[in-house]
Amino acid sequence: MKSRLALRAVALGYLGFLILLPVGGVFWITFRDGFMPFWESITTPEALNAFYLTVFAAVVAVVANTVFGVAAAIMLVRRRFPGKQLLSALIDLPLAVSPVVVGLALILVYGTYGWFGGWLAEQGILIIFSFPGIILATVFVSLPFVVREVVPVLREVGTEQEQAASTLGASSWQTFWRVTLPSIRPGVTYGIVLTTAKALGEFGAVSVVSGRIIGRTETLTLHVEDRFQAFDLAGAYAASVVLAVLALGTLFAMNLLKPKEEKA
Amino acid sequence: MGITVSNISKRFGDFVALDDVSLDIQNGSLTALLGPSGSGKSTLLRVIAGLENPDSGEVVISGQNKTGTPPQQRGVGFVFQHYAAFKHMTVEDNVAFGLRIRKRSKDQTREKVHELLELVHLEGFAHRYPSQLSGGQRQRMALARALAIEPEVLLLDEPFGALDASVRKDLRAWLRRLHEDMPVTTVLVTHDQEEAMEVASEIVVMNDGAIEQIGDPTEVYENPATEFVMSFIGPITRLQGAYVRPHDLRIQLEPNGKTSEARVEELLHLGFEVRVHLRLSNDEDIWAQITRDTASQLDLKNGKTVYIVTDRSRSFG
Repeated sequence: MKSRLALRAVALGYLGFLILLPVGGVFWITFRDGFMPFWESITTPEALNAFYLTVFAAVVAVVANTVFGVAAAIMLVRRRFPGKQLLSALIDLPLAVSPVVVGLALILVYGTYGWFGGWLAEQGILIIFSFPGIILATVFVSLPFVVREVVPVLREVGTEQEQAASTLGASSWQTFWRVTLPSIRPGVTYGIVLTTAKALGEFGAVSVVSGRIIGRTETLTLHVEDRFQAFDLAGAYAASVVLAVLALGTLFAMNLLKPKEEKA
Repeated sequence: MGITVSNISKRFGDFVALDDVSLDIQNGSLTALLGPSGSGKSTLLRVIAGLENPDSGEVVISGQNKTGTPPQQRGVGFVFQHYAAFKHMTVEDNVAFGLRIRKRSKDQTREKVHELLELVHLEGFAHRYPSQLSGGQRQRMALARALAIEPEVLLLDEPFGALDASVRKDLRAWLRRLHEDMPVTTVLVTHDQEEAMEVASEIVVMNDGAIEQIGDPTEVYENPATEFVMSFIGPITRLQGAYVRPHDLRIQLEPNGKTSEARVEELLHLGFEVRVHLRLSNDEDIWAQITRDTASQLDLKNGKTVYIVTDRSRSFG
């Protein structure tokens, strides 16, 4: 009995000092002087631009990586092809490589003096220090999550339900939409939550490729740092709260979407 | 009509699953493919369904060559050992799946689903999810789902293999009655000889990717064509090099010209049946199956000397 209480105290204490206290502190400091200072900080044109940019990049990353992730997971689990190990290793690469390196690599390829950057610039397409670069970096760093969450679920579900659907006359497309996708939904959902969290919180890669043009290519995380460097602590904390609320909102929405029957 | 399979071969790597198998299945019959695991029975069923492509050979269903046809267009109902229930759909939606794919009208679908749920005794379960059903109920749902598309043939892959013994017994009897009411050509894969004898009108005994014997239950039991069939279907024991069914052995207290002397080693009382383990004078072990009454008439006891004889033993060249 005593040891169980001690264990609980250690677990709660650990979480408390690592997560609850700092996050709670941010909320407390932000709203210490009421709601209005917070509202003023997050409605400056720079803050609003950062907010829209972050949300847009996250939406693109989630859509792109969900489509790619589900397709890649099906390839990895259901198909045999040469280079499968390589594909699997490549998918994990964004987890292994530091985001700063990702940013530098993108500059190497798409920068003005990069391999494709010069040609693209002649066509009037600017990637680095611009919006597409931020999207690229965000998609890159959040790529593995859907694949990694879906692969084990797909393996566990097996192929019998799909075979049953095919004997009942369903084409492979119909089988995918009506049988495969619903049965891997828990994995897809959790993958989306992780992708969103990573996309919202990304700092390193975006910091390198964005050029950090205030009011134009600043995401929320960059905006937080920018405010912090400018001794505008209130602004930094307010933007942090917005980030935290976005993440919590995603978790909450995904919980609501969870179907009720998936107990067995 | 029915199903004709000719010269089917199928390998998985080095393993020969089916070796030049040919088989005729009568229209409207209930046939069991019986054999141990690895005998090729499930592979043959999956080849008929189109879930597996044979390396060579032909599959003809109801007079149409369906060898290269994908499973979607074969008109077969397939029931899996582990149900393959669509877990995210209610019982009703599971059964309606094939009809919705075929774009039947809502009224038509509802009526058909209702009718099928009644047939498999799941009327009250339409809005449940598979996880809320027992194994037997899930399998009945899977059967209704397969029957919904009005298949020309119904293929059952070890359908009762994952169920409790008592549920299995009930479902076998129920399946036989169902087939009498609705004579769709049905092929059932099983490794359980009792199940095959109880349910099927025709038994195909398979071993090592080939067919050993085809016949009705009495025939495969009474006149086994090979050593394998004899040993796989029903109990056997050996008397002087020949195979004999333990219930075909007679025990008597006096010798005659044809008897062998033996000593009673052990008596097992299994209700109506008594199992007698004996040792012959040449040290061979043998066992006999006799009734309780016979055992008490003979007054069998451990260590007693008796004489055994049979007029139904078999040797295979």
